[in-house]
Amino acid sequence: MNKIKSLDDLRKMKQSLENGMTIRENSNSPESLVQIRVAMATCGIAAGARTVMNTLIEKLEKEKIPAVVTQGGCMGYCYAEPTIEVKVPGKDPVVFGKVDAAVAEDIVVKYIKNGELIDGIIPVNYQSFNEQK
Amino acid sequence: MAQYKMHLLVCGGTGCRASQSEEVVANLNTEIKKQGLENDAQVVTTGCFGFCEKGPIVKIIPDNTFYTQVTPEDCAEIISEHVLKGRRVHRLLYEDPETQKHIEDSKHMGFYQKQIRIALRNCGFIDPENVDEYIARDGYAALGKVLTEMTPAEAVDLLKKSGLRGRGGGGFPTGLKWEIAASNKSDAKYVVCNADEGDPGAFMDRSILEGDSHSIIEAMAICGYCIGASNGLVYIRAEYPLAIKRLQIAIEQAKDYGLLGDNILGTGFSFNIELKYGAGAFVCGEETALIHSMEGLRGEPTVKPPFPAEKGYLGKPTNVNNVETLANVPAIFLKGAEWFASIGTEKSKGTKVFALAGKINNVGLIEVPMGITLREVIFEIGGGIKDGKKFKAVQTGGPSGGCLTEKHLDTPIDFDNLVAAGSMMGSGGMIVMDEDDCMVSIAKFYLEFTVEESCGKCAPCRIGNKRLHELLEKICDGKGTEDDLEHLKNLSNVIKDTSLCGLGQTSPNPVLSTLEHFYDEYLAHVRERVCTAGRCKALKLYTIIADKCTGCTACTRACPVAAITGEKRQPHVIDVDKCIRCGACYDKCKFSAIYVQ
Repeated sequence: MNKIKSLDDLRKMKQSLENGMTIRENSNSPESLVQIRVAMATCGIAAGARTVMNTLIEKLEKEKIPAVVTQGGCMGYCYAEPTIEVKVPGKDPVVFGKVDAAVAEDIVVKYIKNGELIDGIIPVNYQSFNEQK
Repeated sequence: MAQYKMHLLVCGGTGCRASQSEEVVANLNTEIKKQGLENDAQVVTTGCFGFCEKGPIVKIIPDNTFYTQVTPEDCAEIISEHVLKGRRVHRLLYEDPETQKHIEDSKHMGFYQKQIRIALRNCGFIDPENVDEYIARDGYAALGKVLTEMTPAEAVDLLKKSGLRGRGGGGFPTGLKWEIAASNKSDAKYVVCNADEGDPGAFMDRSILEGDSHSIIEAMAICGYCIGASNGLVYIRAEYPLAIKRLQIAIEQAKDYGLLGDNILGTGFSFNIELKYGAGAFVCGEETALIHSMEGLRGEPTVKPPFPAEKGYLGKPTNVNNVETLANVPAIFLKGAEWFASIGTEKSKGTKVFALAGKINNVGLIEVPMGITLREVIFEIGGGIKDGKKFKAVQTGGPSGGCLTEKHLDTPIDFDNLVAAGSMMGSGGMIVMDEDDCMVSIAKFYLEFTVEESCGKCAPCRIGNKRLHELLEKICDGKGTEDDLEHLKNLSNVIKDTSLCGLGQTSPNPVLSTLEHFYDEYLAHVRERVCTAGRCKALKLYTIIADKCTGCTACTRACPVAAITGEKRQPHVIDVDKCIRCGACYDKCKFSAIYVQ
């Protein structure tokens, strides 16, 4: 093991180790971060949700956008798999359908980073059980 | 560090390990391999989450899913459902006892909502056996900052400003303690970490050592720099094997990185830490007794002054701090004195870790800001009293503390308020009692402990506590008189005033506080010879209900002292004077004809 010989060494080491812990740090305060849920039921996985998830995580890291990417169950949009739900703080959640690696990168750069809407949004056409009075 | 999409944090504290958390870790790893998810999910053994009531705990990051009472058999389902497909395993989620709803996100659990974690910041969050995770969370950054940017005097000043007080019991200002030790000139000085946790029911120090040993090492090194010591000692009880193991691992890792040893971070400051094992004596939590025990002498206290800060270990100036106190130190240096002082009450800053035990729904370890009320701790975080029973009292401060009752429920908890209410902070044990607990028996229980643990050096503690215990035994046996109550009170005050060390000076507290708050219960024991809670065996009155008795003679044959008489097929009678209240008749009777009062 290399010795840590100065405070600078320690700081550098911290920076290189930080990444491995970001996921835990971020999950402490998900509300204040971009939250993405990837539908990962059997159909989603078959349609390539896992690649999408990997791409999202890598791209978000590259763009230095703190985010929490979680897996979810089936959202019901079987015709549009893989689907992901993106919740940017202060905005309503948006669901994107037919997401592949390229679209995933677009979502990160265009929607999350620059706030532009892109194709592939599935409009909300239902009420959840909790919303019904 | 590799990038995993999911972290599975499994509690590796003593409590959860006792219910197979090691097997859970092993099975999770096997299942992850089986599903080919090695690059996606990582299993991390962490320290205690505090929710010991429902261990073993598995927490899944990033979605904060909190699985309770996970068995090794549940692991396959967790991996194939949750990790692979993102579907939570509902039956393992924590169920809110009030609403009966499964809680998906641990942030919404009442248990965690009111907590602020400073001393426990890394417990249940990092792998205590992996120094890299500690460093990734700003570990050793406080040490680096102090060594390179501050003089010892400035650092002590910062600690004084933070208002940190000793968490081991007395609440002495930590900064002041360091200042005194720093001001004494000597060729050698020592930093001692007091990990001799002895209060029944308290386990915060163990949990911190098991879950975040590096923070203690870092704090001890900071202390060494401030007071001018290059040697540290941890006095830890041999009964804490896991804490010892993790501490040893942490010390080795810190040495390998050069964070302990000579010329730390190139600053010329050197510091080493050695472990000293105690045999688990309560009195050795007292500073002077602890130092004697480390020197290989009998663990007996001596008169202060001289304080350890002047003449301590091997006659050299020594600074003794408790584990929880030290765990706060790195956080204070990183975030500043103002930040720490902004939490808590006017005279008690920061947070306190409490070990909740007894008749409470959520038994476990919590960290709350000073000034929180007992009601919030017991009913919101603790989830209320078990089985819907009525709250009666809570014992704080262990055998040195006292009982707090319903009227104290809304008192803000801090060092001074607890003392004013006749108890003390102690190390933070909180034992909750319900209507079924007899307060005289509780006082007796604590006295039994102090009688056992008294070192026997001074007469008031050695003889006085024994006499107190005898008096309590007499009352529980139904032989007490009203004079005995007066006697109890006088003797207690004499022991308090004349004992040598903290053990004797505080040991009568449980008696005094129960006498004060539950005098009626004592009176009932001596006047009517009744134990209202029905705990004191000798005060139970056995009678036979004539209408129900069939005269089967089963009880007559069971009674060891021939106290039951009666003709066959005629109702029997118990002779109260002969009866020894053993309950044999009660167990034998098939017709519920024996009535116990």
